[in-house]
Amino acid sequence: MEKVLGADAVLLSLIEEGQDTVFGYPGGTVIPLYDSLYGKRDKIHHILARHEQAAVHEAQAYAQVTGKPGVCIVTSGPGATNAITGIANANMDSVPLIVITGQVGSAFLGTDAFQETDVFGLSMPIAKWSAQITKAEDIAETMAKAFYIAVSGRPGVVVLEITKNALTSTTDFVYKKAPVIRSYVPYPEIPGEVIDKAAEMINAAEKPLILIGHGVLIARAEKAVKEFVEKSGIPFGTTLMGLSALPSDHPLNVGMLGMHGSYASNMLTNQADLIIAIGMRFSDRVTGKTSGYGTKAKILHIEIDKSEIGKIISADLSVHGDLKSALSYLTPRIEKKTYNRWRKEFDKFYQMELEQVIKKDTHSDLPLIQMGEAVDIVSRKTSGDAVVVTDVGQNQMVAARYYKFKHPNTFLTSGGLGTMGFGLPAAVGAAVAQKFMPETNKMKNFPVVLFTGDGGFQMNEQELGTIIQEKVPVKMVILNNSVLGMVRQWQNMFNGKRYSETDLINPDFVCLAKAYGIKAERVELREDLEPAIQQMLSFDGPYLLEIMVDKDMKVMPFIAPGSTVDEMKLVSND
Amino acid sequence: MENKFNITGAEAITLALIEEGVDTVFGYPGGNNLPVYDSFYTHEKEIRHVLVRHEQGAVHAAEGYASANRKVGVCMVTSGPGATNLLTGIADAQLDSIPIVCITGQVVKPQLGYDAFQETDVVGFSMPVTKWNYQITTASEIASVMAKAFYIARSGRPGPVLLDITKDAQTQIIEKFEYKKCTKIRSYHPKLKPSETAINEAATLLNNAQRPLMIVGHGVLLSGCQDEVKELSEKLDMPVASTLLGLSSIENENPRFAGMVGLHGNYAANMMTNRCDVLLSIGMRFSDRVIGKPEKYANQAAIIHIEIDPSEVGKIISPAVGVVSDAKSALQKILPLIRKSSHISWLNQMREFQQKENETVVNENLSKLRMGKVVRVVSEKKKGSTAVVADVGQNQMASARYFNFQEGDSIITSGGLGTMGFALPAAIGAAYTKKFKNVVCIMGDGGFQMTIEELGAIMQYKLPVKLVLLNNNYLGMIRQLQDLYYNSHYYFGEMQNPDFVKIVDAYGIKAERVETLEALSPAVERMMDYDGAYFLEVRVEKQENIYPVIPAGKAVDEMLLTPND
Amino acid sequence: MNRKYTLLIYTENHVGLLNRISIIFTRHKVNIESLNTSPSMEEGVHSFVITINTSLAQAEHLRKAIEKQVEVLKAFLYEEKQVIPMEVALFKISTEGLKSGNSLEKLIRESSARIITVEPEFLVIEKTGTQNDIQDFLAQLSDFDVREFIQSGRVIVTRPMGKLKDYLLDLERQEEK
Repeated sequence: MEKVLGADAVLLSLIEEGQDTVFGYPGGTVIPLYDSLYGKRDKIHHILARHEQAAVHEAQAYAQVTGKPGVCIVTSGPGATNAITGIANANMDSVPLIVITGQVGSAFLGTDAFQETDVFGLSMPIAKWSAQITKAEDIAETMAKAFYIAVSGRPGVVVLEITKNALTSTTDFVYKKAPVIRSYVPYPEIPGEVIDKAAEMINAAEKPLILIGHGVLIARAEKAVKEFVEKSGIPFGTTLMGLSALPSDHPLNVGMLGMHGSYASNMLTNQADLIIAIGMRFSDRVTGKTSGYGTKAKILHIEIDKSEIGKIISADLSVHGDLKSALSYLTPRIEKKTYNRWRKEFDKFYQMELEQVIKKDTHSDLPLIQMGEAVDIVSRKTSGDAVVVTDVGQNQMVAARYYKFKHPNTFLTSGGLGTMGFGLPAAVGAAVAQKFMPETNKMKNFPVVLFTGDGGFQMNEQELGTIIQEKVPVKMVILNNSVLGMVRQWQNMFNGKRYSETDLINPDFVCLAKAYGIKAERVELREDLEPAIQQMLSFDGPYLLEIMVDKDMKVMPFIAPGSTVDEMKLVSND
Repeated sequence: MENKFNITGAEAITLALIEEGVDTVFGYPGGNNLPVYDSFYTHEKEIRHVLVRHEQGAVHAAEGYASANRKVGVCMVTSGPGATNLLTGIADAQLDSIPIVCITGQVVKPQLGYDAFQETDVVGFSMPVTKWNYQITTASEIASVMAKAFYIARSGRPGPVLLDITKDAQTQIIEKFEYKKCTKIRSYHPKLKPSETAINEAATLLNNAQRPLMIVGHGVLLSGCQDEVKELSEKLDMPVASTLLGLSSIENENPRFAGMVGLHGNYAANMMTNRCDVLLSIGMRFSDRVIGKPEKYANQAAIIHIEIDPSEVGKIISPAVGVVSDAKSALQKILPLIRKSSHISWLNQMREFQQKENETVVNENLSKLRMGKVVRVVSEKKKGSTAVVADVGQNQMASARYFNFQEGDSIITSGGLGTMGFALPAAIGAAYTKKFKNVVCIMGDGGFQMTIEELGAIMQYKLPVKLVLLNNNYLGMIRQLQDLYYNSHYYFGEMQNPDFVKIVDAYGIKAERVETLEALSPAVERMMDYDGAYFLEVRVEKQENIYPVIPAGKAVDEMLLTPND
Repeated sequence: MNRKYTLLIYTENHVGLLNRISIIFTRHKVNIESLNTSPSMEEGVHSFVITINTSLAQAEHLRKAIEKQVEVLKAFLYEEKQVIPMEVALFKISTEGLKSGNSLEKLIRESSARIITVEPEFLVIEKTGTQNDIQDFLAQLSDFDVREFIQSGRVIVTRPMGKLKDYLLDLERQEEK
């Protein structure tokens, strides 16, 4: 057998796993990998980010859009520590990533050599699995294990730290995908009697409510969920991360759950007699005060990660397993029903929200532009045929509330970790994914639209460089209120309007974009908004649109921390 | 301080900072540190808060502040991404022994371990890179733990300390707040007395040396023993070399200064390392960048290692005499035992090496529009004390090699972790100390982009930082390595860059570009004379390599002066 | 040359300290063979006993790196000949098929093991000894139906006559004021 370099073994493993794109940043300890990439540049594209944090966010978005795990290569030391936020972010939102970090030669381990950090140690609490490879002959086996662990069960991030000597020594290369790991059973069998019981519970319910979480998108179980929902006739809400699993205009959709979700879905959570949670984890942002959550309901929890079952909300019945299989067993056993009276209750709350909040947010008569207006126009102009990416904060919540989704996996955001600065690199990653997609994929020509705030945009603004280098036509909408809006909203509501350190003096974003040769425009007047958005969407290439918005806008309705879901405030007091 | 009654935990945090003499905090607010920010609002006269644009900027700024001021730097961020964004800076401070205290907000105690919004195991993941860390979950712990944190950060071998404080601890009421500075921890002995035997042995070795060489490291600056170093060097007539982080311990013009040791150091310093008979190393750790091939490092010499951290003594190089002690107290004990000597021919040898380097490398670099030339012109045009804040890569090596450090000047750079993007935020921190007349930040185009957002803080706070961008449109050091070892496969080293001057314009900062050698000097002069922040982009030669270099796996005296050497 | 070394570490009782100590081993790629933690003679002081297989230089470096941790009072490194080690093992043996008690009882007596409980379905035997003693005993039990076997980490006393308190006082003396 022909011997290959360790560095080649890494890339051959990637090719074996069907990977054609990696995101990264070179450095001293990964130069051998980059040298090997040079020889395989016709098989593997490398996207040069401008900071390792961004490389990881880009890989995450790539993974979410393509359904394949994302891969990053970063160097040891600062390269690895810079990747940590991205790793924690992807892992909390269960996105499969393989993060390969360089490491000093194994003889130098533990000596505080140049750019040596204990990547293995520091990634342990925030990755699904971490491993250190110190010998070339271990590469193929560990890579296979890494891919298997990253994508199977509840997906997550695998961090592989490879010492430089492992990359530069030679080895045989034999690759076996999906090795058996005796201590790891990602897809448990679902007992028939559990399905029977679940069907019984569903059939007996009078006011059931379905909660759709990110798990549905991760398992690519949108179709199975659609069939289940439609046969059951049960109204459904989605978590932030579950958005786009089913079309927003689905007649059974009652809106987003949680802190800034819809009034109806939250208020009625405590009226339901059965909550069917599908692929979600009852995060604190969804449940509000847990002791007052789902007070009248039995809980049926369908989830692949056993440790999530009963962690926050104890389930009356749990189905532990893969969603697609669970639903394929369950749907035939449930009765076809409609819950007209129950659904009318949602309509009542929806009408209140429509009149008092939604109309004001999207068709405002206030002097300054509201964030909701911009999202609403983009939503109408793209009619759901777009990949929507957000940053974190008010921009995120407004986009989640007012964009009407049509296709699965067209909404990318940072849910669990809430990482400001996620948006721009994620948009780049999504656009890169499109670039290498086959023409047959309907998402290929969707515009990638980023909604970001001025604070979050700055956190990774260097990625404008990646946009020009990769020539990806990302549409960037900066909703600029010159403050850290969400923090300021809390200061307004809980700290007596003591706005401590939330004012930002900003650069001229239009000028900044132009320095990168990116077309850019600023909008300050309402009458210019729609034409400007139209122009952005029809422009062939990257585009930055800075929209000056009202800094006093508050995202409502709102469940205050410590309140129960049905104590949601529809409008703010001032 | 008089005791305070019925205050919130957040207020206690602020008061503790004031008690520790903290006047500047670099940070970014978020959901889980809001109570502290509310308390800052009331104390804005006593504590200045600097709002950075990314938490990585906050921690590097705190490092820059600590290095320039020789005080503990402080940063304050929220939980989750706020905390993970700090990690690079914490690791950086750990490797370079910089005293900082990082405070992270955390979700309320009942939510710990339940994957709440923006919850991360901060204490867990920061453990490998902190000197100490601790999670505070009740307000009553705040006073004692903060006192301990500051003590640990600054004492012994300084380093980063992280405190993770839950939001409920910030909002709880403390009935009685009493602050006592920490001076002692039973299990922690940061500063041991040097053993008398070791001191005597060291003195004897030095007195009998024919070709003594001193290498000063960061520890000299940390313990503030520059005067003792100079005195010893004069008394013994001993040449002094320096590590990257030890630069500015002794002025470059000192006739006994042998230059920088290590990978891209000076020829004399490296050659003499393998020719001296006694090597006195002070406050340094024999990092791999310094020693080249360990088996061939100063084998001919008796090595004396003065070092405060016992775990460093014998870790890489086994010394003939190890002195575990603060550098200053060790030197004060050694000095009286030293006889006045003279080593004329040894110093002449040094000058020959220096001349050789000047003739083959330095003079040529100074005659073209190269990185070294730019640094040298800055060095010549500056008026008054200057902090040179260098990023990582070729620009860093050029700064270290070509800046002419005089008394009062200092280098601030990322040594052990080699963090690209360090310089811009660190310069912000340094600018807040008022310790230097000028803060000059020297960067490459790759590193500048990594923390470019901090131009926002420079603009917002009108900081008169001089930014020098050495632009070659490449990750220069990577390209150099590819050139040397990988058949010039310049893969991904080349960057498609924006118009940097326009970017800086977008921030309302004065900016200028230099493309010819003739234009350099007047432009630098304009920059140094300008009252305010100034950005100078210099288009340096694209394919410049940094020489001399110790090739990978070679001994220090196998250093190459030129590619054909 | 790799040999067996035992680290005896005295620490403050502090949350997370085990993690701080264990990552030092991970970082150096040294496998922990056995670990035991317990209170010590001094109030509030905990002790860790950790056995590793490595070179002397590496072991000494690990000792220093551990001692450097703020909450570590003192760490000692011992070779095999400097310590008197013991481990405890428990064996659960099914009573079913235990025809005549004779051979088992004899084995227990000869091996200085003891029966700590007898239940209708099983009995539990305790064996204290060195790692080798315990492995030998386990091998001798091969004729019986052993359902569970568990072994503690190593505990040691050391041959040098120092006392923890004296070491602590000594440290105080060395400190520069």
